Amino acid sequence: MTSIGTGYDLLNSIFSPDGRNFQVEYAVKAVENGGTSIGIRAKDGVVLAVEKIIGSKLLKPGANKRIATVDEHAGVVYSGMVPDGRHFVDRARDEAQSWRQTLKTPIPTSELASRMGSYLQAYTMYGSVRPFGITAIVGGVDGSGDEVIDGVVGSGPSTGAGGKVDGKHGGPFLYVIEPSGQYWGYYGAATGKGRQAAKAELEKLDLAAGNITLEQAVKEAAKIIYNAHKDNKDKDFELEMSWISGVDGPTGGRHMEVPQELKEEAERLARAEDESDDEEDEKKDEKMEE
Amino acid sequence: MDHRPQAWGRPRDDVYGAYDHSFMNTNSHPNQHTQQPLVTGTSVLAVKYKDGVVIAADNLGSYGSFARFTDVKRLHTFQDTSVVGFSGDISDMQYITRHLHQKSIEESYASSSANKKSRLSAANLHTYLSKMLYRRRSKMDPLWNHMLVVGFDDDEKPFVGSADLLGTTFTAPTLATGIGSMLAQPLLRTYAGTDEEAAERTKEEAIKVIQECMKVLFYRDARSQETYSLAVVSREGVEMKTSEKLENMSWAFADRIKGYGTQTV
Repeated sequence: MTSIGTGYDLLNSIFSPDGRNFQVEYAVKAVENGGTSIGIRAKDGVVLAVEKIIGSKLLKPGANKRIATVDEHAGVVYSGMVPDGRHFVDRARDEAQSWRQTLKTPIPTSELASRMGSYLQAYTMYGSVRPFGITAIVGGVDGSGDEVIDGVVGSGPSTGAGGKVDGKHGGPFLYVIEPSGQYWGYYGAATGKGRQAAKAELEKLDLAAGNITLEQAVKEAAKIIYNAHKDNKDKDFELEMSWISGVDGPTGGRHMEVPQELKEEAERLARAEDESDDEEDEKKDEKMEE
Repeated sequence: MDHRPQAWGRPRDDVYGAYDHSFMNTNSHPNQHTQQPLVTGTSVLAVKYKDGVVIAADNLGSYGSFARFTDVKRLHTFQDTSVVGFSGDISDMQYITRHLHQKSIEESYASSSANKKSRLSAANLHTYLSKMLYRRRSKMDPLWNHMLVVGFDDDEKPFVGSADLLGTTFTAPTLATGIGSMLAQPLLRTYAGTDEEAAERTKEEAIKVIQECMKVLFYRDARSQETYSLAVVSREGVEMKTSEKLENMSWAFADRIKGYGTQTV
């Protein structure tokens, strides 16, 4: 760390002579030590998953949720400093709520990501604050425009002008927001400790082709989290997963926990893969010995 | 004469004296609150049966006696487990349904799991709404509605509750609001007078008595309409139909009643 002792890392609002904001870079370091979280944008929905490292045997299994619902159709998972993540979620809920209040419709996922990006960016500009120690993955499924507007009472005119432009409306979306406030849309996203391994696995799925269904994505997500945990084997972890389908899918357009049966099935497959990998490794070792 | 734009459209000072601007000062007169409903919905009916509740209301939004909006859905589903039926002011209904929607989103923050039971059962929702209505009437600014909340209570038993703009509440095996409380309620009591009787009725019997009552109401309630919404709330969820039509009507009685419909004599 060449920056240490130069003085340019002492305050948020100060650039170093080569154009870096060290406080933001340190915030990224905080993220890199957090439990792995991933998001997959499948063709008919979004899956979010997180590896929760169990800090104490006295913690109640299944409690202390890390994936949060922001609005009916949107969820957030994050890696890094959990209290910062909680505050991020609070703000995201406020944004979603205020959007509903003025426009009577759910907030588009892109708009949610944009507003949260702006919010995080503001925390990089003042000496009195520190940047968020999290990278957040925001997932949502936007409606096709045919949904009921909040509080609407009639069906509107059956004839006459109106209608919407042809083409794609709504669908699944996934965004990653970094401590700097930078955000991009992704097909597959990973952050936290095991992000390198997870990203490698996500790339193999060829998500951009749009062949992976939501249910497959749940199973892949479990596999990826189990795989990413391999480098951190000395600690126990718990898998938490949520999903959002379209209105005609299994969650009815809502952000929900993955049902117990499906989650158990996904974890069983993930463990099976894990073990078969281990066996292969052992075989290789044996061959090497020969 | 004063030709300045701020005097345009105003009475001339030299003829009528100086213009009285005091009405623009908000402190000079009392606050005005809703004193009457504007666009209104008429009766809502609900009956329990052994596995749930049936509720119905027509799709009319009246502006006084004028049938202004013929496509107003007055039954609202809450969290896929309860239904609220509104009579009274339509704009207050919109306000309340938006508020309830936000409430259900806030509830989902705590538990986003599909199989977890909601904390806001119909019985709890009924309590919540009645407190909301009572608070507003105590501020002398009532939400001008009388609603029926139907679904299940915390013991998973069918629930039908009424809450009105005064904050009055009661529950019964069958309920009706508005003119329905006079015209339909006696008929509904012949279907089930007690919870025990209601627990013996089937879904089909419940739907039938509701259909009959909606018909009677359309015969005699001048603010009612032929198309209506009907919802069945059971443990499986809410089955909502929004464009039911009254069937097998007989208007034979009408020409014998003086003052009913168009008569030349």
